[in-house]
Amino acid sequence: MNTAREPLFHIVKRDGVPFPKALAIRAAAVLLSLVACAGVIFALTGMNPLEVYSAYLSGAVGTNRRLWMTIRDSATLLLIALAITPAFKMRFWNIGAEGQVLVGGLATAAVMIYGGGAMPTWLLFTLMATCSMLAGMVWGLIPAAFKARYNTNETLFTLMLNYVGMQLVTFSIVFWENPAGSNTVGVIHQATEYGWFPDLFGQKYGLNVLIVLSITVLMFVYLRYSKHGYEIAVVGESENTARYAGINVSKIILRTMALSGALCGLTGFIIVSGCSHTISTSTAGGRGFTAIIVSWLSKFNPFTMILVSFFLVFMEKGAIQIASQFNLNENASDVLTGIILFFILGCEFFINYEVSLRRHGRKEIKGWARS
Amino acid sequence: MGTILIFIQNAIAQGIGILYGATGEILTEKSGNLNLGVPGMMYMGGIAGLIGAFLYENAVAEPVAAVGMLISLLCAFACATLGGLIYSVLTISLRANQNVTGLALTTFGVGFGNFFGGSLSRLAGGVGQISVATTASAYRATIPILGEIPVVGEVLFSYGFLTYLSIAAALALSYFLNKTRQGLNLRAVGENPGTADAAGIDVTRYKYLATCLGGGIAGLGGLYFVMEYSGGTWTNNGFGDRGWLAVALVIFAQWKPVKAIWGSILFGGLYILYLYIAGLGRSMQEIFKMLPYVVTIVVLVLASLRKRRENQPPQGLGVAYFREDR
Amino acid sequence: MEKKIAVEMRGVTKRFGSVIANENVCLDVRRGEILSVLGENGSGKTTLMNMLSGIYFPDEGQIFIEDRPVTIRSPRDAFELGIGMIHQHFKLVDVFTAAENIALGLPGPMRLSLNEVRRKIMDLANKYGFEIDVNQKVYDMSVSQKQTVEILKVLYRGAKILILDEPTAVLTPQETERLFRILRNMREDGKAIVIITHKLAEVLALSDRVSVLRKGHSVGTVQTAGATVQSLTELMVGKRVTLDIERPDPVRPERRLDVKDLTCVNAEGITTLDHAAFTARSGEILGIAGVAGSGQKELLEAIAGLQPTTEGSVTFYPKQGDPVDTTHMNAGAIDKLGIRLAFVPEDRLGMGLVGSMDITENMMLRTYREGHSFLTDKRGPRKLAERIVQQLEVVTSGVSSPVRRMSGGNVQKVLVGREIASAPSVLMVAYPVRGLDINSSYTIYHLLNEQKVKGSAVICVGEDLDVLLALCDRIMVLCAGKVTGIVDARTATKEEIGLLMTHTEGVIEEGEAG
Repeated sequence: MNTAREPLFHIVKRDGVPFPKALAIRAAAVLLSLVACAGVIFALTGMNPLEVYSAYLSGAVGTNRRLWMTIRDSATLLLIALAITPAFKMRFWNIGAEGQVLVGGLATAAVMIYGGGAMPTWLLFTLMATCSMLAGMVWGLIPAAFKARYNTNETLFTLMLNYVGMQLVTFSIVFWENPAGSNTVGVIHQATEYGWFPDLFGQKYGLNVLIVLSITVLMFVYLRYSKHGYEIAVVGESENTARYAGINVSKIILRTMALSGALCGLTGFIIVSGCSHTISTSTAGGRGFTAIIVSWLSKFNPFTMILVSFFLVFMEKGAIQIASQFNLNENASDVLTGIILFFILGCEFFINYEVSLRRHGRKEIKGWARS
Repeated sequence: MGTILIFIQNAIAQGIGILYGATGEILTEKSGNLNLGVPGMMYMGGIAGLIGAFLYENAVAEPVAAVGMLISLLCAFACATLGGLIYSVLTISLRANQNVTGLALTTFGVGFGNFFGGSLSRLAGGVGQISVATTASAYRATIPILGEIPVVGEVLFSYGFLTYLSIAAALALSYFLNKTRQGLNLRAVGENPGTADAAGIDVTRYKYLATCLGGGIAGLGGLYFVMEYSGGTWTNNGFGDRGWLAVALVIFAQWKPVKAIWGSILFGGLYILYLYIAGLGRSMQEIFKMLPYVVTIVVLVLASLRKRRENQPPQGLGVAYFREDR
Repeated sequence: MEKKIAVEMRGVTKRFGSVIANENVCLDVRRGEILSVLGENGSGKTTLMNMLSGIYFPDEGQIFIEDRPVTIRSPRDAFELGIGMIHQHFKLVDVFTAAENIALGLPGPMRLSLNEVRRKIMDLANKYGFEIDVNQKVYDMSVSQKQTVEILKVLYRGAKILILDEPTAVLTPQETERLFRILRNMREDGKAIVIITHKLAEVLALSDRVSVLRKGHSVGTVQTAGATVQSLTELMVGKRVTLDIERPDPVRPERRLDVKDLTCVNAEGITTLDHAAFTARSGEILGIAGVAGSGQKELLEAIAGLQPTTEGSVTFYPKQGDPVDTTHMNAGAIDKLGIRLAFVPEDRLGMGLVGSMDITENMMLRTYREGHSFLTDKRGPRKLAERIVQQLEVVTSGVSSPVRRMSGGNVQKVLVGREIASAPSVLMVAYPVRGLDINSSYTIYHLLNEQKVKGSAVICVGEDLDVLLALCDRIMVLCAGKVTGIVDARTATKEEIGLLMTHTEGVIEEGEAG
């Protein structure tokens, strides 16, 4: 018998593994990725791997200010991830969060610039929040309408709208330039702080965190316990089943993308009003894309997203710290984030499939990763 | 007349990088893999080519342009192929979600390019501005006599060799897909991997090869921008969003490489049209810069209205294949 | 004279997770013979043959080709050994032509010469008696044409051993006869042919020997010459079965549903349902018979509001109140009008249920809208789920495990259980026992009868004529989208229905008084 021709590995889909084991596999992947990152940093800087980790800690949470920056950015990333989750659960590949956040931020900046000081604070904030959500909603509804009516590919449509949104921002910057010729908007109302988030509990970003955490809880309830959430799950699983159940698929697509877009727009509001106090093409800063990964890795569970987004921002801040320490480019963080993502994406395989090694003939099958 | 000539030349110059990306992505998508990591792989190719040439020029007292060119070409292709390989391992062998993996690869690749682009001089011991003028001169060399013929020569023969290589690559891909056994097999893999498998085609091998080679070809787009377009220098985020335009061009061309050639020139033209319309204010210029994206959206919508079977994406696009799935 | 053995499988076992598909199966096929592999749905016939064709790899056991032990690791290995399989779901690329599909995966010079391929195909077609247009795109082909391409693909590769998985399931009797003729030609040519089937008549008409599988085990191989329908049935199901389905007489039948001139045209512009007309009455089971793809799916879906219609009307007659015209309404609108229409579709996990959800959540599918709360109420559905699990003896690890992980019979019980829970006035079921074992099938027949006695108008699309004749009160026959006749199931014969299934012109009037 020619045993050399037998397959070396034998892969079988499994019905799901116990939760602790799935968790262990993921933890192992994260650990491996951290080791790989430390290896990369060592190769580039010659830094002792242990120092690398302490530099990470110091960069991300080393001082009160750094800790709050990490929290602030995690909250922003988390909110975008929450925003796109209903659409993703519906299998609507909205990779246009970047653009939806931008137009939301743009609407906020417009209200802030033209309305700051001209109306009572409560009205200003109401207007900013409403306009940002409306803008994001429109940006989300355009591809949704075409998807619902003509089944136009939403992945590429939403992707293209990101850049249309970006051009809208550069278009507006021409009018809002400050100082003239800088091609940026500068900090809006720097002196008066009109339309800036107030401190909450003595914390500059307290309000950001409060809003995002409330939305996290609401989103959890919405997806898990509401009729809307049920409809989203059915449409995502099978459009045929949805039609069979009398669900109007087009309506659900439009409604869900309106919600998704509006929440992205709201993120734009929180970034402009609560963080940067300015608008530029990098206001979203690629977080619209990272959020997709956060949502996916969290299996659409809002509470898991808190952890995942914190972890990613933590790693990013740490890497930036190390890069600046060695006078290297801060894009090092993207490289490291990429490596971590590769590991986590790859490990899902070992949760969904069982790999057996074949040894000496067919009778003996050595189970690997078998519980 | 002169302006139109320059416009066409510049449109082609803008389009070639996108064409590389699109050609690579067509090859990839024909195997059923939607790789949204194209921008990342283009950055990887660009920076690797630059590093290769830089190390060579620094190591040798009198660098030879042709050698630098060869080294950078190989480096760019190899590094971008590596990007395709990462994507392949994750999506084909480990069956990770294609969209998410592609986006992660873009994050990684763009970061990779910008990081090394921004840190190269520091890592090399502080040599200041990175420039590989010698190597770039080989890329920028045009066809001697032909390029000097007025009008015809200027439009057709005034480019570096990467421009012609890109068109040759697109034509070769078209021939491969339509006229060869392997091309037929590859299309079957993308349309219906189960069928291809049952016909005895090694689906995994085809997917790996197409995706890795596709990545390598896309990487040459990055090299083109660094060498021919920017003359051997690096600017962070210098490619802008051209990687995504390449993805858009695939749809615009309906997965046909020859259509992608015309499409790339059109996209290049739309990209710079604002510079050639008299009397545009600064703000209106920004509006004009939306054109390539808006046109892609229009094409996308039109394609979804017309539903011709031959113009649709490969049926198996975006789906991982597992033979024993049941 | 003993013919030479072409393939032998010895002690083959295949498991999927905890499910055993085949255990210690032995089988051999000789050159110049047709072997039938007979077994009920789910008895492991296809899995077994997939191990010969390289789709699956056996966990245990050994395969011999002409007495030589071999390892078949992939379809390519199978081709090299001369094995070709024609799958039930055709493995063809839709946007390719017949010739391109046949050329797929073949070795040869890099440049592909389709002309040569076409010539060779025509030679083969003439040799065995196929009709084919080599330049036709697969998406333009009929089922029988696609099957022709599949068989030619295998022959083109020089296969000496042909395996056909349920080749007649989708063919008309005429097409079946033509296929059999071709298969006999191949047998004369010395090919070894395996036919996977559960149709006894075909086994007897075509094959030389029969190998019977039951629940993944081989239970014996017999010469067809000495076999009868009765003896094969016994081997197949393990015990003597007479179709002992009860059939209570209809009590005070009343009109519940009126369908007039209903016509559907699909996306390719082909008329899939052609002026179908009938009436369904309470307390009665109306069977629908026809070759697969004769418009059964379109008819039920059009009534349920899932399929656009171009002509005709659908009218419901509730127990109380005025008739309601639901023509052109979608499922949601019909539901809003309060019409109690239950529908068990053919595609259970792709339409009737949500595979990733548990039983409780699937119970909510039809009723989750009830109440004014923004949130869903899971208490009622959970109770219903528990009741169904208990009453219908659903085997599951709990009401909170995804229905996708349950077996076909249990999935069907959950689906039927939910649909009848609403006390429907019209109940439509499509292929209700497909893939189910005998016990589950009888549970389903019993449930349908129960609904009939309760006064529902039951419409049942089936494929097994014996079952339809034993279960239904009337049988409507569809052929190419047209109603070719409605007969009284108590008096009609199988031959009569078989004739109507292939009959395209003229409509035989309803036999009984209505």
